[in-house]
Amino acid sequence: MRTLVIAETVAGAVAKASMHCIAAAQNLATPIDVLILTDAAVDATGLQNLQGVEKIFTGVQANFAHAIAEELVPTITSHAKNYTHVIFPATSFGKNLAGRLGAVLDVQPITDVIKIMSGDTFMRPIYAGNAMATVQSADAIKVLSIRPTNFPMPQSGGAGAAVMEVIVTAATERKPKFVRAELSSSARPDLGAARIVISGGRGLGSAENFKLIERIADQLGAAIGASRAAVDAGFVPNDYQVGQTGKIVAPELYIAVGISGAIQHVAGMKDSKIIVAINKDAEAPIFNIADFGLVGDLFALLPELSAAIAGVKSA
Amino acid sequence: MPILVPIKRVIDYNVRIRVKPDGSGVETQNVKMSINPFDEIAVEEAVRLREKNHTDAVVAVTIGPAVAQDVLRNALALGADRAIHVVHDGETQPLGVAKTLAALVAREPSYNLIIMGKQAIDDDFNQTGQMLAQLLRWPMATFASKLEWQDDGIHVTREIDGGLQTLALNLPAVVTTDLRLNTPRFASLPNIMKAKSKPLQTMTPAELGVDLTPRLKTLRVEEPAKRSAGIKVDSVKTLVEKLQQAGVL
Repeated sequence: MRTLVIAETVAGAVAKASMHCIAAAQNLATPIDVLILTDAAVDATGLQNLQGVEKIFTGVQANFAHAIAEELVPTITSHAKNYTHVIFPATSFGKNLAGRLGAVLDVQPITDVIKIMSGDTFMRPIYAGNAMATVQSADAIKVLSIRPTNFPMPQSGGAGAAVMEVIVTAATERKPKFVRAELSSSARPDLGAARIVISGGRGLGSAENFKLIERIADQLGAAIGASRAAVDAGFVPNDYQVGQTGKIVAPELYIAVGISGAIQHVAGMKDSKIIVAINKDAEAPIFNIADFGLVGDLFALLPELSAAIAGVKSA
Repeated sequence: MPILVPIKRVIDYNVRIRVKPDGSGVETQNVKMSINPFDEIAVEEAVRLREKNHTDAVVAVTIGPAVAQDVLRNALALGADRAIHVVHDGETQPLGVAKTLAALVAREPSYNLIIMGKQAIDDDFNQTGQMLAQLLRWPMATFASKLEWQDDGIHVTREIDGGLQTLALNLPAVVTTDLRLNTPRFASLPNIMKAKSKPLQTMTPAELGVDLTPRLKTLRVEEPAKRSAGIKVDSVKTLVEKLQQAGVL
């Protein structure tokens, strides 16, 4: 038994989601190798002393930019064959790769794993998290994508993994050509990794009104999220969406403002430690899962909240 | 050249699902079923491409029991030209579905584009499009929020974690849809009537030479841990106090 973690990188560093993947691999109690394929060198020293990590393979090639699956999968495939488990993060990066790898290996990937029961049995949410399925795989290689928020940070105490370069397998199949990226740049913490998330919904009414949310986010060092309704209405960009088909978050504090609480939204945030709901409709379903509910006009309550937080922070 | 649109019949997205008491799965008897919402977006996108003369036909396909014919009629009412029903009882998983669709393409190689939902809202796998693209050795663009037809193929804007990414693909290719690609039209009554006489072909997995036996065995399906409703607070002041007591502020 041996596990390969396919690491995602963000701005020249291993993404936090991939650290959670290593924690998931530690649950399997097998030796762990990490594969990092990028277009520029990545600092992997932070991985070298993690428990169980033995080898860190790096492959640097210009065509690995933009994480285009068709470019990465041939190299991942030639490595994956030596392992019993291959772990991806359940992000847009990992979802793209896991399926293609599964098809090459003739394996059914298990996506969105939230719990590792044993080497062949895994728990994953279905129906937007309204049911939990425990599934068993008889495939020789288990291809998994894990939900980062359901795993802790990995434990240290390793023996010092060796970093080595991989031999890259050329992608010979037809592949897409990168045209452009429009990535959100924000000084705020990453939505998937933030300690506090404040989200706005349809109730905000406009992009302009999201400033009320931004102010509190900046006071708290929080990330900003949104419901599908707010994204569809164009108040905020698509990558703010929290929910079944958006981002899954589990911060210590989640503040839902003007969000009614459709099951698809709740699926993306119900594992948060403390949920606060602010909504003018006392019957909104969001109150059924909120630890603290505040009924009222958000346009009056948000400035009040901002002032109260300022008071706390200066105290 | 025709566009293939694979669709799945799932529990309607508005239904609150019930886990069976014996833990064997989710109750599907006497529950409203519909076309998977992402697949409906795929049908709409394909129909729009035909309306702009980028394709001459939209072919909807589903894999499922006899009753699954209703989602094909639904796709035909939305504007698909013909339908294929691969009749199969029992659970399907992405690998088997991708193999079935690849076999269909091998039979009818004129397809130059496959548009399908990025995930089914029942099993939430988000895998079939990726697996199909790999089996066919076609390029793919997943999570599409915009599709533009170009002289040399298509430009697809994808919703990814950090924002948007646009890729250029030569055809044939696989595209999986995200929510914001379009808003599907409603089927008009005349179109619903017309759909009844559009061609619908049935075949079996055996005829296609594919095995749909699930690779993953479901040992147990259970309710998620319930979150209970907390308390309503009467003011911002009380809220902030509570959050301080909880140690999160």
